[in-house]
Amino acid sequence: MSLLETFQLSIKNILGSKMRTFLTMLGIIIGVCAVIVIVGLGNGMQGYIEESFADMGTDSLTVSIMGRGSSRSVSEEQMYQIVADHADVLKQISPTVTMSGSVKIGSESHSGTSVTGVSEDYFTMKGYEVAQGRGLQYTDMTGRKKVCVIGQYLNMAYFGGDAVGETLKVGGTTFTIVGVMAAETSDLEEGGTDDCVFVPYSTAARLSFTGTIGSYVITVQDADQVSEAKTLVENELYSIFEDDDAYTVISMAEMVDEMNNMVDMVIYILAGIAAISLVVGGIGIMNIMLVSVTERTKEIGIRKALGAREGAIMRQFVIEAATTSALGGVLGILLGDGLSAVATTVIARVMPDTPITVTPSIVAIVVAFAVSTGIGIIFGYLPAKKAALLNPIDALRYD
Amino acid sequence: MSALIEFRDVCKLYQMGDTTIHAADHVSFRVDQGEFVAIVGQSGSGKSTCMNIIGCLDVPTSGTYLLGGQDVGQMDKNQLAAIRNKMLGFIFQQYNLLPKLTLLENVEVPLMYAGVPKTERHDRAKIALEMVGLGDKLKHKPLQLSGGQQQRVSIARALVGEPAVILADEPTGALDSHTGREVLIMLQQLHEAGNTVVLITHDNSIAVQAQRIIRLEDGRVVYDGDAHAPEAVVTPGLAGKGAAG
Repeated sequence: MSLLETFQLSIKNILGSKMRTFLTMLGIIIGVCAVIVIVGLGNGMQGYIEESFADMGTDSLTVSIMGRGSSRSVSEEQMYQIVADHADVLKQISPTVTMSGSVKIGSESHSGTSVTGVSEDYFTMKGYEVAQGRGLQYTDMTGRKKVCVIGQYLNMAYFGGDAVGETLKVGGTTFTIVGVMAAETSDLEEGGTDDCVFVPYSTAARLSFTGTIGSYVITVQDADQVSEAKTLVENELYSIFEDDDAYTVISMAEMVDEMNNMVDMVIYILAGIAAISLVVGGIGIMNIMLVSVTERTKEIGIRKALGAREGAIMRQFVIEAATTSALGGVLGILLGDGLSAVATTVIARVMPDTPITVTPSIVAIVVAFAVSTGIGIIFGYLPAKKAALLNPIDALRYD
Repeated sequence: MSALIEFRDVCKLYQMGDTTIHAADHVSFRVDQGEFVAIVGQSGSGKSTCMNIIGCLDVPTSGTYLLGGQDVGQMDKNQLAAIRNKMLGFIFQQYNLLPKLTLLENVEVPLMYAGVPKTERHDRAKIALEMVGLGDKLKHKPLQLSGGQQQRVSIARALVGEPAVILADEPTGALDSHTGREVLIMLQQLHEAGNTVVLITHDNSIAVQAQRIIRLEDGRVVYDGDAHAPEAVVTPGLAGKGAAG
């Protein structure tokens, strides 16, 4: 009897008792479905994290200087020097000074608008484009000019798309708008990336009364060298402060990696728990197969009398168990895909700000199918062995 | 003619608690090619044991059983399965058809385990069913048929592999006398066509349909000879030690 025929026979037997087969498969269906959805959720979360961090640039380092008491600090000239000294690895630097004062356009206040003091290189570093007017310039820095470049949201919402030359107030100081940034996102909304004001860092530092600048962004020449660059900057800063609590250097790429690792770990644990259901499902299959062997003792006896070898009987039951289990796996995969789509919709509805797309991975699907088939083979083995070893005389006499 | 079935001092012992039961006690006989032999005995006479050994479902504890010159006692389970498949055609009292399969599929089963290709299997099973007069019911399930018809299906299944021996175990036991007679006539026809038929029964009136009777009592052969001799059917215990005792 060929494998194909054995397979056809087991399909026939499975279809012969649909309800029982379905209940037998239920454990596998639930297990596979849970694994698929959980892994899909993990993929979605990682995708979301990567997308959010991609905006911040994974080829950049964020340096925060806390200083050491009041005695030692690092000037922006020193920071610029560090970048210039290591031009083979480090590309550009810009101080970033966050201003806390609210933005006032006319008589309207906007607390959601971010105001950041940056250098003339910042736009290049971030890949921002200037849509109207000009960007910030070196002379704006040295002259501590009260000029600004605003995001497209403010331009469209408050200046009718023609903001250059107009003014706005930040914390009571009037700034002249010299340029408008090109839209970064498709939906211009309050509090979004395009709801922003960039001013010269020198002006920002003076208005905020921060004596020294505490925060910098550094870009690297090659995104693959981020961790090398991080070590380099850390070493330089250590040689200045001789205290590694005085500064922190954060690499976005490393943060993304770390968060992905954390998500991975959580997913592995959850998927592992879900996989227990697969084992339980396997035991269910074994149980039903044992019942089936007992029920079909007579049939086994007849087949043996007619010349079935132990191997043929064994194969028949193992394939039947594996087919049941694999079928459960397929149903689980379909259900898992369906639930993933439902979960994506629900997440989008409940948390519109964090649209996580639950993406079942091909790997998870292939592995789920292979594992469920494997479970069928493993848990089908014992009942099949029992069937194969039946004594034909006793089996024939069985009623 | 060479012996197709040869029992040489075959013994089969069963252990029941402390007592040992001699289900077959130094049984010796030969069945030649083309014979129609009935093995007769009351329950407990050892005829089922002999039938299991002849059918290669069991092996002797001691002694030798040669089937077509091969020593069955030395074979492992898979070799026994293969020899059952090739050399023997079983007809059981309870027909033992597989209820979920069609008649055609039922008859195909021995060929399937023999590795016969699908189309050939199909054709041969169809011919066998036509031979027993069920050519018009190929797609029926066994339970749609009467007992006599089911037994004819099992005869077709026994024949389809062209076995050396057709082994019928109480083939009329579950049938009324009329259909039982039909089945016996069919066995006689098989015999006339040149097949070797071994019939196992407890019923003298059925045994006499054979050419030759081997009577068993308490695991021993008490008569072996012509089915129509008067000693062949005498009441057990009064038969005396017959020809081959």
